[in-house]
Amino acid sequence: MSRRLGRIWIALGVGYAFLYIPIALLVVLSFNDSRLVTIWTGFSFRWYVALWRNDALVNAAVLSIRIAAVAATGATVLGMAAGFALARFGAFRGRGLFGAMVAAPLVMPEVITGLSLLLLFVALAESVGWPGERGLTTVTIAHTTFATAYVAVVVQSRLSDFDRSLEEAALDLGARPWQVFALITLPLIAPALAAGWLLAFTLSLDDLVIASFTSGPGASTLPMVVFSALKLGLTPELFALATVIIVVVSAGLLLALRLGRVASARAGG
Amino acid sequence: MRWRAPSSRALVLALPFLWLGLFFLAPFLIVAKIAVSEAALGIPPYAPVARWTDQGALALVLNLENFTLLIEDSFYLDAYLRSVRVAGISALICLLLGYPMAYAIARAPEARRNVLLLLVILPFWTSFLLRIMAWIGLLADNGVINNILLALGIVSEPVRLLYTDAALYLGIVYCYLPFMVLPLYANLVKLDPVLLEAASDLGARPWRAFLAVTLPLSLPGILAGTMLVFIPAVGEFVIPELLGGPDAQLIGRVLWTEFFTNRDWPMASALAVVLLLLLVLPIAWFQHLQGRATEGR
Amino acid sequence: MQQANLAPPGAPEPWRDPEAAPYVRILGVTKRFGATVAVDDVSLDIYRGELFALLGGSGSGKTTLLRMLAGFERPDAGRILLDGQDVADVPPYARPVNMMFQSYALFPHMTVAQNVAFGLRMEGMAKAEIAERVGAMLELVRLGGMEKRRPHELSGGQRQRVALARSLVKRPKLLLLDEPLGALDKNLREQTQFELVNIQEKTGITFVMVTHDQEEAMTMATRIAVMHHGYLAQVGTPAEVYEYPQTRLVAEFLGTANVFEGIVREAGAAGALVEATALDAQFQSDTDPPKPVGARVFIAVRPEKMRVRRAADDERAGTNRLVGAVRDIAYYGDFFMFVVDLPEGGTVRVSQPNQARITELPITWGDRVVVEWPPLATVVLPE
Repeated sequence: MSRRLGRIWIALGVGYAFLYIPIALLVVLSFNDSRLVTIWTGFSFRWYVALWRNDALVNAAVLSIRIAAVAATGATVLGMAAGFALARFGAFRGRGLFGAMVAAPLVMPEVITGLSLLLLFVALAESVGWPGERGLTTVTIAHTTFATAYVAVVVQSRLSDFDRSLEEAALDLGARPWQVFALITLPLIAPALAAGWLLAFTLSLDDLVIASFTSGPGASTLPMVVFSALKLGLTPELFALATVIIVVVSAGLLLALRLGRVASARAGG
Repeated sequence: MRWRAPSSRALVLALPFLWLGLFFLAPFLIVAKIAVSEAALGIPPYAPVARWTDQGALALVLNLENFTLLIEDSFYLDAYLRSVRVAGISALICLLLGYPMAYAIARAPEARRNVLLLLVILPFWTSFLLRIMAWIGLLADNGVINNILLALGIVSEPVRLLYTDAALYLGIVYCYLPFMVLPLYANLVKLDPVLLEAASDLGARPWRAFLAVTLPLSLPGILAGTMLVFIPAVGEFVIPELLGGPDAQLIGRVLWTEFFTNRDWPMASALAVVLLLLLVLPIAWFQHLQGRATEGR
Repeated sequence: MQQANLAPPGAPEPWRDPEAAPYVRILGVTKRFGATVAVDDVSLDIYRGELFALLGGSGSGKTTLLRMLAGFERPDAGRILLDGQDVADVPPYARPVNMMFQSYALFPHMTVAQNVAFGLRMEGMAKAEIAERVGAMLELVRLGGMEKRRPHELSGGQRQRVALARSLVKRPKLLLLDEPLGALDKNLREQTQFELVNIQEKTGITFVMVTHDQEEAMTMATRIAVMHHGYLAQVGTPAEVYEYPQTRLVAEFLGTANVFEGIVREAGAAGALVEATALDAQFQSDTDPPKPVGARVFIAVRPEKMRVRRAADDERAGTNRLVGAVRDIAYYGDFFMFVVDLPEGGTVRVSQPNQARITELPITWGDRVVVEWPPLATVVLPE
């Protein structure tokens, strides 16, 4: 048994190596002095300075973060409602269609989602005159839509193991339904909502295909700028950018984990 | 909740229902419509399906040429077949690599499981494009692997690694591995180890116990993971574009080219319609699994 | 109804008083879930100050009835009156009824004090008064000093008492308890039984408790309603339902009973004579049978009311006397249970207090024995 388990641990080790060697490479090479990224010549911070001065990348990053923040917030609201409907409303008319609309974006190839949303925006612009031009708004709507599905799944799964008697107890003790929601349900699913928001934020920040379809001239998100740069070849600034993202995400996750641990300890595990 | 006013219930449902109906469901209908219209020079670059004739009558112009072209031109058919093959093989590799990982994490001490799981998810939270870039850095002719091979004298000139099928599979497996590990883990962690002890007590050797107990019970996880990898991988654009060779014409890439380069929106729409039809069964199946998983909880 | 009374002398028994007004009236209440009838035309009166137990197995409808009292389910038919007021349309948050949940349903994100204070906060009570009430209530359930703890930092028994305090602090007209001791281990359960009864007596609040544990119902309740498949099988004091079950189902659900089939041969106020149909024996009871002469009935006799002894060689079955061979002797520590095979088929269970060492037991496996009992132990039930 232990020998078998030993082999299993080797498999795990190989898997982690596969996942992390490229990431380690990004970090190491970002400190390479050479303009030819993959040929090590010496240690330097110069590409971080270059990154900071690269207006195209910085502006795109700012745009992406703005889109991601709004889209994640919208997706959290919509996804919470969708998760509630799926977990709590039992069998309602249209449940099958609704369930399909919530689950399908999780697996739908991005090219289909992107193309279809663009065609919708074009058709809307033709018939009702909105959206006048594609850009920040249309990308945000697109991201909100596909991220809603992820939040809904997180919320639904949290609610499905939620002890309903907690809500009944509050109701029994005199809390009105909205008070039950505000004082009991919401605080208890808050960690799931936070996780859903972060997930939606990351998905939006990371999306290239849907943004490429739904954006317009003059509104290039960070992945769009990175993609067109990559088509021309590797540049050291991109490695610096990758390292910055890795550090920010790791720090954010550690923080979230710590806060989550405090919250779950408070909530009783 | 019994005493919640029906109006608030209706609101909670209507908000996501309308949003998804407008921005997820309705677009497909428009795609279907444009798929049967003619390409035209103009903005938008397609001709209306319904138009007023000179006599003032409403005429429907259905153009099925895009679809006949899809069937007749082997380029498109090959692209579909290649996409399904690449996605299928990638899903299989993800399964072979992900299953032992998920199993090991599920069998790890409870206190350590979350950290191990987080390590699988963490790369997924960092930029997807930049992780692809790391593979370019590794695999390029002047990349890290070739530099090492040259320095060690194993090869005398760079080996072609980037823009090959191997690079394509590597990229897909690398990016989609967490989607395989997560549902497998969620399934395997619920498996009661006592079942394996019972099998072993009844005379099954570990390998037999695995085949007879663990594997069948983890089938829902295997299916969910396979769908989560296979379906999006069929339409993948970025990885074949950046890592695959010029002949890695997968359907997502073809669609992209038709749309952005050729500006043939009706053709791109027809490709999307066929791709969607191809995926309707797996997607419906996935949704079924998803529904069952959440109801079973 | 036969008289059976284990209550201390002078204890109020309002259900025997035709003048007394019931506090809770359940009138012809029915509740369906889809095709299943969870509660089937149940009518029940509960009096002020009672500790009333709804006893039944799973699926008996006891929990559904409790949830209708709390307001979580709405009856499909019938009415529920609480202190004269029809509560059918009163939502749970407006009912003067509180419930202690089986899972306790303590709010995990609140401290013990916040949990107990929740109901008072919902009433909009002043902070100082809330603090005072909560403090007094935590003293009552012996949780003084635990105010700042969170539910997960408490033992099972402590959680149970927080749940009790939380549901009592609003001084409800009616307290509902769903399997109040179900989550506790055996030793703690017995101690908590007494505590619950004491608190009930101290506060004077009417308790309605759901349980599947007959021992719990017998030791705690003023009266028990035995439920089965949604209907009320019998309502009475613990002694009444145990000593005078009205149906075979109740006789077999509470404790153990030997049940035989028979036909009434003589009937009168002095007792009945019933001839067994499958056995060569007769049964004598000391009470009027529920059926006239010639009717088919069931006879129930409890194992602890029978005696067992070795049979003399020529001894035969007779009135309230059966003869058979010992198949099994189960040793329970405090008593033995003999399983006796009857020659006509079937078995009888007889228990005997353990007054000797097991090694000195005069009866052993295979012995031919006589099982007999006095007329007062014979219960005649309608078929």
